Amino acid sequence: MDSDLIVQILFAAVKTGTPLLFIALGEVICEKSGVLNLGQEGMMLMGAVVGFLAAYGTGSAGLGVLAAMLMGCVMSLIFAVLVLHLGANQVATGLALTIFGTGLSAFIGSGVVGQTIQGFQPIAIPLLSDIPFIGKILFSHDILVYSSFAMTFALMFVVNKTRIGLTLKAVGENPHAANAIGIKVLRVRYLAVMFGGVMAGISGAYMSLVYTPMWVENMTAGRGWIALALVVFASWRVGRIMLGAYLFGLASIMHLVLQGLGWSISPNLLAMLPYVATVVVMVIISADKFKEKLLAPRALGKPFDPRQMA
Amino acid sequence: MIRIQARTEPSSLMKVASPLLAITLTLIFGCILFSAIGKSPSQALHVLLIAPLADSYNIGEMFVKMGPLLLCAVGLSLCYRANMWNIGAEGQLLAGALGGSAMALYFIDSESAFALPITLLAGVASGMIWAAIPTFLKLRFNSNLILTTIMFNYIALYLLIWAVHGPLRDPQGFGFPESAMFADSTLLPTLFESSRIHLGVAFSIVSAFIAWFILSKSHLGFQIRVFGSDEPAARYAGFSSKKLSWFVMLFAGALAGLAGVSETTGPIGQLVPNVSPGYGYSAIIVAYLGRLHPLGAILAAVFMAVLYMGGDLAQIEMGIPVAVVSMFQGVLLFFLLACDFFINNRLAFSNQATN
Repeated sequence: MDSDLIVQILFAAVKTGTPLLFIALGEVICEKSGVLNLGQEGMMLMGAVVGFLAAYGTGSAGLGVLAAMLMGCVMSLIFAVLVLHLGANQVATGLALTIFGTGLSAFIGSGVVGQTIQGFQPIAIPLLSDIPFIGKILFSHDILVYSSFAMTFALMFVVNKTRIGLTLKAVGENPHAANAIGIKVLRVRYLAVMFGGVMAGISGAYMSLVYTPMWVENMTAGRGWIALALVVFASWRVGRIMLGAYLFGLASIMHLVLQGLGWSISPNLLAMLPYVATVVVMVIISADKFKEKLLAPRALGKPFDPRQMA
Repeated sequence: MIRIQARTEPSSLMKVASPLLAITLTLIFGCILFSAIGKSPSQALHVLLIAPLADSYNIGEMFVKMGPLLLCAVGLSLCYRANMWNIGAEGQLLAGALGGSAMALYFIDSESAFALPITLLAGVASGMIWAAIPTFLKLRFNSNLILTTIMFNYIALYLLIWAVHGPLRDPQGFGFPESAMFADSTLLPTLFESSRIHLGVAFSIVSAFIAWFILSKSHLGFQIRVFGSDEPAARYAGFSSKKLSWFVMLFAGALAGLAGVSETTGPIGQLVPNVSPGYGYSAIIVAYLGRLHPLGAILAAVFMAVLYMGGDLAQIEMGIPVAVVSMFQGVLLFFLLACDFFINNRLAFSNQATN
């Protein structure tokens, strides 16, 4: 394999990993507040279809992303009301959100299947993109990829260094204690869930506006679920999510790598790779029960009812 | 003034009323949606609820769809009662279809009376294997069952697609990704003339009664119920969570596998890439709608099958995308979860606003 091909593969890994990075960043914030939202796939699909429709209608990919963010947020609010206000089971509600989003996205997108649009164009960053290897791999992408870099570093800072991050972690670790010191637990959780929705929306828009760029039913192909595994892989740490997203991106384009090596394996078998890789990674990461208990937010998935405090 | 008040005891009336209320609200939602796209609400209700049951052919088709939904939902009901979040019925169904079809193709020139039972067993075993791997990974390596079972759904799907493009493809099939049509000896018999209702539908109803018997009459079922309602108590009583987990997962895998092999050896008659229109995922909603009760699942599966029929008819008669079915399913589960709030809470009407 020559070095050009390696650069191309790593470039594609970053591109393929970007939607995973967006959605997993949203989910990790949501989970840090103690809420497990299994509706990622549904929110992402809705972001993808609404983003595409908006971009198709207005001719502006930027407006498409905004519409997708808004849609993701609306979807997450359905989840938030059921889970936070009505105390519904988080697993069941998340599944309902995914099933609903899968159906609704296919329903409203049925008119534009197969249409194409002008997505985002790549922008090579001056100077940085001239660095050998790294420049091509990291700095010759489109604006959304650069936003995902910025978002990762911003979140690392907010979660680890600010009061907001501390509040978020307090709510996710021990909501009763947080409540006792005057933190509005439900308000924090609402905001975290909505942030997750917005990020899932962007992630969907990346699929339909940049990655393909078109709308096809179920085009996210389980990325919302892989993102949930990615959060476990990253042990709920923001920085590691970036690494994980690109590794999973690499696993999804393994067929290119194997072609480069001159192997011929059925594309349908290779299509399993990201899912198999997810299982393998989950097994390795979770095998240490003690470690996982230490790292996962302690109140993850547990409802909090402020009335019980009174 | 209306306030929300916690009930001292969960309402058993609401437990039963909640699914009915959710179904009603979903139908109202359907009417609103159909009027929003310029169809009359009465037309919507007709297509969704009445047309699927209007004649004996449609009723037969409804039962054909009910079979796999019910088989999967019965297994899931037991899993969820035991706090095993198995989302993998779809993959277990596909594995059953794949394993069963491989066996059916082995018997393609056979007229043996054992061909069908062995084919069915192969499907059941494949479903059990597909459920066993995530169960093992959870119990041995503590991996998240929800995520592994979902991943196994995707893996099963690609395995099946690979198989119909490769080893199981019909050599005389002009390159279509489909297996050969199965021999008569491996086809499930139909139960009535002029209807496609097959033995698999009967299996599904029998399975619901078996699960009900296990759950309500056996010591094993007692353990599952205690585990679901009060895990610390179950542990204190010395019930083995491992044993229960294995039992419910293998039971669910077996039923989902049976659903898969019954589809291929029943109404389809060969292995095709789209064996299931998401039956395994819909079964999650069926299980909830049936209150995680095997007999409740029968009613819920009938309703879900009517919804599937309604979706098909809406597509044929009104040109509405069939995806509307999974949207309704999501809405239904939303409404159900919202209505369930009133099992433990109630609205209190009082005129003591001044206090």
